[in-house]
Amino acid sequence: MPRPLSIVVVEKDRERALMIVDGLREAGEHDVVVIGDESSLARRIAERNPDLVLIDLASPSRDMLEELALATSPMDRPVAMFVDRTDGGMTQAAIDAGVSAYVVDGLRPERIKPILDAAIARFQMVQKMRAELAATRRALEERKIIDRAKGLLMRARNVGEDEAYALMRKTAMAQGKKIADVAQALVTAAELLK
Amino acid sequence: MNVIPLRLGYLPLVDAAPLFIAQALGFAEQEGLDLSLHSAPSWSALRDMLAMGIVDGAQMLAPVPVAMALGLGAARTRFDALQLLNANGDVIGVSEPLAEKMRAEGFAFDFTDAYSAGRALLQAAGGRLRIGVPFPFSMHTELVHYWLENLGQPLPELLEIRTVPPALMPQALEAGEIDAFAVGEPWGSHAVELGVGTLLLPGSAIWSFAPEKVLAVRRGWADENPDLAGRMMRAVWRACRWIGAPENRFLVSDILSAPGRLPISAEVIDRAVSGRLIISRSGEEREVPNLIEFFEGAATFPWRSQAAWIGVRLAERHGLDQAWAARAAGEVFRADLYRQHLRDAGADLPGASEKLEGALAMPTPVASERGSMILPADRFFDRRVFDPSELAR
Repeated sequence: MPRPLSIVVVEKDRERALMIVDGLREAGEHDVVVIGDESSLARRIAERNPDLVLIDLASPSRDMLEELALATSPMDRPVAMFVDRTDGGMTQAAIDAGVSAYVVDGLRPERIKPILDAAIARFQMVQKMRAELAATRRALEERKIIDRAKGLLMRARNVGEDEAYALMRKTAMAQGKKIADVAQALVTAAELLK
Repeated sequence: MNVIPLRLGYLPLVDAAPLFIAQALGFAEQEGLDLSLHSAPSWSALRDMLAMGIVDGAQMLAPVPVAMALGLGAARTRFDALQLLNANGDVIGVSEPLAEKMRAEGFAFDFTDAYSAGRALLQAAGGRLRIGVPFPFSMHTELVHYWLENLGQPLPELLEIRTVPPALMPQALEAGEIDAFAVGEPWGSHAVELGVGTLLLPGSAIWSFAPEKVLAVRRGWADENPDLAGRMMRAVWRACRWIGAPENRFLVSDILSAPGRLPISAEVIDRAVSGRLIISRSGEEREVPNLIEFFEGAATFPWRSQAAWIGVRLAERHGLDQAWAARAAGEVFRADLYRQHLRDAGADLPGASEKLEGALAMPTPVASERGSMILPADRFFDRRVFDPSELAR
C-alpha cells in the first residue's frame, strides 16, 4: 500500500473547491487540502510541502507558485505538468478543462495519472457549470431589457404586449440582429431622449 | 498571395504594444500573416502556452528564456529570444503609509536618484520590507535586487521579494501584504489612480537602458521555420519602429486602450508612453524621457551581453557557475537570427553582438552596417560596468 499523496487545491470558490475535492477522493485515499485565500500563497503551500498542487489555468495567482520551483534540491522541485512530459491527449484535456498542475519532481507518473484524470474530469464539470451560470445570467439580463423595451413600445405606440414583442421581432429579423440587441438599442435611445 | 496564420501570446501591458500595432496597423498583413493575438492570465500560463504550441511566439520577460537555459523554474522546455520588444518600462512604488513616512523624514520623491530613494526607503521601512514583483524571473526582480544590494546600506532583517500578479498589486498594497512594488506600466499608474501607492523610481533610474520584454519562441522553431520567423520578426520590428516615432505616441495609447486590449483608459496608458508620469494622488508629475523605449538606440537588438548580465545575476543568487551561466544565457538571445531576418527590412546592425553593459554615460555612435547606430546612455546607478568577456577567461 503506497503512502497517500498530499494534494493542495487552490480555489477561491467554496462550492467549486468541494466538487474538486470530492472527485479527488474518488481517485483514492489522498490527503487533500484547499487553499482559498490567495495571499501569501507560495509560503502557505511551501509549509504543507505537497506532492501535487492543482490550480485553475486562468488564475493570475498561478505566478505565485513559480517561487516554489526555486527550491534548492531538484527532488523537491515542483514542475509544471502538461508542458512536455505527459502524453498529448492528457495535455489537451487539461487545457480544455482549464486546470494546471504542479508535481514534485521525482514522483512516479503512474501514481499521478489517476489523480490527474479525476482532477481533469472535475475541472471540466466546474467549467461547464460556470459556462451554464454565465449563460443563465445573460439570458436573465436579456429578458429584463426586452421587458423594458416592450414597456416603452406599448406606451409610445399604444399597443398591447404581444404586438410590441412582434414589432421588435420583425425589426430584429429585418436587420439581422438579436431581439435583445434591438431592445437594448431602444432602451438606450429612450434614455437619451429623456 | 497565401495568408499564413500566426498566433502570438501576450499579457495586458504597455509593452505588448508592438504585437497590437503589428496587427492593427497592417504590419503583419504586409508580411502575408493572419496574426491572431491571445491574452494570457499569467506569465506561467503564457510560458506554458508557448511551450505547448498553443501559440507560435509570445511576449516574454527577458529573464524567462535565460532562466530556462539555466534549468531554473517549473518548466523544462527551452526558448529563444529573437528580438527585444522594448527597453525599460518598469516603475517602483511604495504604499501610502510608507510614502507618508518617507515624506515626513524629508524625502522629496525626485523620481531620479536611485541612491537617495533607496536610502529613504530603507530608513522608512525599518526592520521589514516586502516588495511585490510580477514573476520570480523578471527584470523587476533583477533590478530590485541589484538596487538594494548595491546601495551600500545594511538591508532590513526581513527583506522579502515576493510574487504578486500585476493586476493584484494595488490590492496587495492596500491590504498591507506588501510595502512596495516593481511593476510594468500601466499597473504602476493604475495603483496611483486608485490612491493606494506613490511612485518612487522608474526602472531606468537603476539601469538606464535595461532589456525588458522579448519576442520568444520555442528553441529551434525559428531555425525550422525560417520563412515564417522572418515574416513575424519583420512585422514586429516595423511595429516597434512605428511606435518609436514620437508623432505616433497618442495613437499608440488609443490603440492600446481599445476594447479587448488593455483594461485601462488611454489617458493612464499615455503617461507611460509619453514618459510623463503622475506619481501620487496629489497629482505630482515627473518627466522621464527614457521611461520606456521601443526602437531608438537599437532597443530591439538582442545583445548577448544583456542576456549574460541576467544569467550572471541569476547564477549569483541561485549558486550556479557564473562563467557557464553567462555563456548559456548568451546563446538564448539570437542576435544571429536578428541579423539574418531584419537586415533586408532596413535594420541597422551593430558590428558586434556583445558590448560592455553600463559603460555609456551619453548617447554614443558605434560601428554598424549602415553607420547610423547611436547607442543611448546605459549606465547602472552605481556606475559599475559589466564586461562579459571577463567571465569567459
